[in-house]
Amino acid sequence: MSFTAEELLENDDQLKTHIQSRPLMGLTIIVGGLILLILLLGLSISVGAADIKLSTVWQAVFHYHANLTSDQIIRELRLPRSLASALVGACFAVAGAMMQGMSRNPLADSGLLGLNAGASFTLAICFAFFPSVSFILLMVYSFCGAGIGAGLVFGIGSLTRGGLTPVRLTMAGAAVSALLMALSEGIALYFDLSQDLAFWYAGGVAGTNWLQLKILFPVAGFGLVMAILLSKSITVLSLGEDVATGLGQRTRIIKIMCSIIVVLLAGSAVSVVGAITFVGLMIPHIARFLVGVDYRWIIPCSAVLGSLLMVLADIGARMINPPYETPIGALISLIGVPFFLYLARKRRRA
Amino acid sequence: MLEMASILKVERKKRRQVMGIIAILATLVVLVLIISMNTGYIRLSPLAVIRTLFGGGTAKESLILFDLRLPRIIIAVLIGAALAVSGGVLQGISRNALADPGLLGINSGAGLMVVLFISFFSTHAAFSIFLLPFLALVGAGVTAALIYLLSYKKDEGILPTRMILVGVALTAVISSMMIILTLRLDPNDYKFVATWMAGSIWGSDWHFVSALLPWIIVLLPYIFVKARYLNALNLGDSIATGIGAAVEKERLKLLAASVGLAAASVSVSGGIGFVGLIGPHIARRLIGPNHKYLLPVAALCGSLLLVVADTLARWVLQPSEIPTGIVVAVIGAPYFLYLLAKSRA
Repeated sequence: MSFTAEELLENDDQLKTHIQSRPLMGLTIIVGGLILLILLLGLSISVGAADIKLSTVWQAVFHYHANLTSDQIIRELRLPRSLASALVGACFAVAGAMMQGMSRNPLADSGLLGLNAGASFTLAICFAFFPSVSFILLMVYSFCGAGIGAGLVFGIGSLTRGGLTPVRLTMAGAAVSALLMALSEGIALYFDLSQDLAFWYAGGVAGTNWLQLKILFPVAGFGLVMAILLSKSITVLSLGEDVATGLGQRTRIIKIMCSIIVVLLAGSAVSVVGAITFVGLMIPHIARFLVGVDYRWIIPCSAVLGSLLMVLADIGARMINPPYETPIGALISLIGVPFFLYLARKRRRA
Repeated sequence: MLEMASILKVERKKRRQVMGIIAILATLVVLVLIISMNTGYIRLSPLAVIRTLFGGGTAKESLILFDLRLPRIIIAVLIGAALAVSGGVLQGISRNALADPGLLGINSGAGLMVVLFISFFSTHAAFSIFLLPFLALVGAGVTAALIYLLSYKKDEGILPTRMILVGVALTAVISSMMIILTLRLDPNDYKFVATWMAGSIWGSDWHFVSALLPWIIVLLPYIFVKARYLNALNLGDSIATGIGAAVEKERLKLLAASVGLAAASVSVSGGIGFVGLIGPHIARRLIGPNHKYLLPVAALCGSLLLVVADTLARWVLQPSEIPTGIVVAVIGAPYFLYLLAKSRA
């Protein structure tokens, strides 16, 4: 990164006076969260339209027999789905945390970069003009759409005289998103597709398969590792541009790197499960309420909490009204919001 | 003395500039109104429009103009102004550039009531056209009150950041309930809901004009008078208190007024939220951050944008219509992006 060793030391002292964090709480969340996550993943694999015992789950994962139906269900349907929901939850949450740190806006999430709007725009076009496109191609298109949306936002944001300020980025993002959303709504209404598009928009991990997971995993893994590496710089950036520059940070490069990571994380997540962005808005706030304002703790905690929430919501989505699925995006807000509200009220005046 | 004189001079110059911009915008609004009156399924020439306005038209012309077009156009003007001012106030109170009336759960609260109503009674019920705006108003009001209660704490009052977060959270809950409900609707009803949420001026009738007008007549001037408190609030709570503003009280009053404006508009037009986001921003780019000038200019921008959008919505795909909200975003967003790219600060 852009620091020399001495600067790092010096910055550390300055950071400590500015930033309160609760490392113990953070560590508890990460370790406890991961244990809980593994338990929940087991539960997630065992429940569903056909109930499967936990011991069978163990057996199927570690001693796979291709001729057992339960093993096949687990291997081909449940396992990819559960893993995907955990991964996607982490992606959205970390992308949201990075956006909030970068833009210093509590309302920021990955949707603000035009990712969701871009993806749903290309999806609307696909549904309207190429209805026979295969599922995997649909995923590729929506990732491209997300990229185009983000590209538009950054392009227009940096065309401006005086460069890309956080306020400008958010404003450009809001406008581009509104434009793309309006266009896709228009297409959907004109071609009578709004309900199909709404299904996608409500989000769901039901159809995930190994192929998607194979594409998602390296991208998300790389993104998450990079996010953790960048977390210190994001903390500095979240103190404000002037402070960050004063501390010797090359804010421009950091911001560009962060944005690329956000696009990778949220773009791939959106293309797999649809626009479940509320995770990205809410989880970073919850993490911040719990561990303080240091992004070195916020980002890993967000990842863990995000996957927990997503896996939990996915279990709920299958349990509530079997054999039908309840939209997972809806469940996430129903589970997460009460907790979120409680924390938002508990917090003191900053 | 000399300094005082030069400050006054600058002030006078600023005021002249603002008056100029207001005059230009007002002229544009009138022009667009006339164009809007003669476009539609049946064209009326501008001359016929003016003749009919002064009472000299044929029976058919006056039917088209007075019973079909005029109420809808007037509603567009009123709603555009109301939403833009409401958004401007919210952006001022919360000091957040992304705030718009949708953030207070007004759109989603109203939408939930509409969806609930439709999933029980379908759209075909004869009384729905009069009941829906009322239900939407109730939904919007209840949601706004709920957000206020949830973000209120006894010893701290309302913090803008907390209010926004609570608003976002509650909006998410309501939208998710809506998603669950709407996915079960039959396709026809769903289309109605989707059109409603995208925003379209469907209550185009003199009854709606007379229902909307009192809100606007009372609340708009009230907000314009209170604009200086917004300037104070914009400096931050402690400075605002220091220069003698009763922060908490004024904030509540302004908030209530802007909720009233937005709720009344949403009840006849559905979710045209974008006007509330973009109107104040366009005004800010045109004349700067002083709310005394910003809000009236925002009102004019909002009206202009909505009338243009509504005219296009009727004209582009005639005889069928596009939801006005979609047109608002399609023409408003690029213009806004252009302004954003041009501006320096």
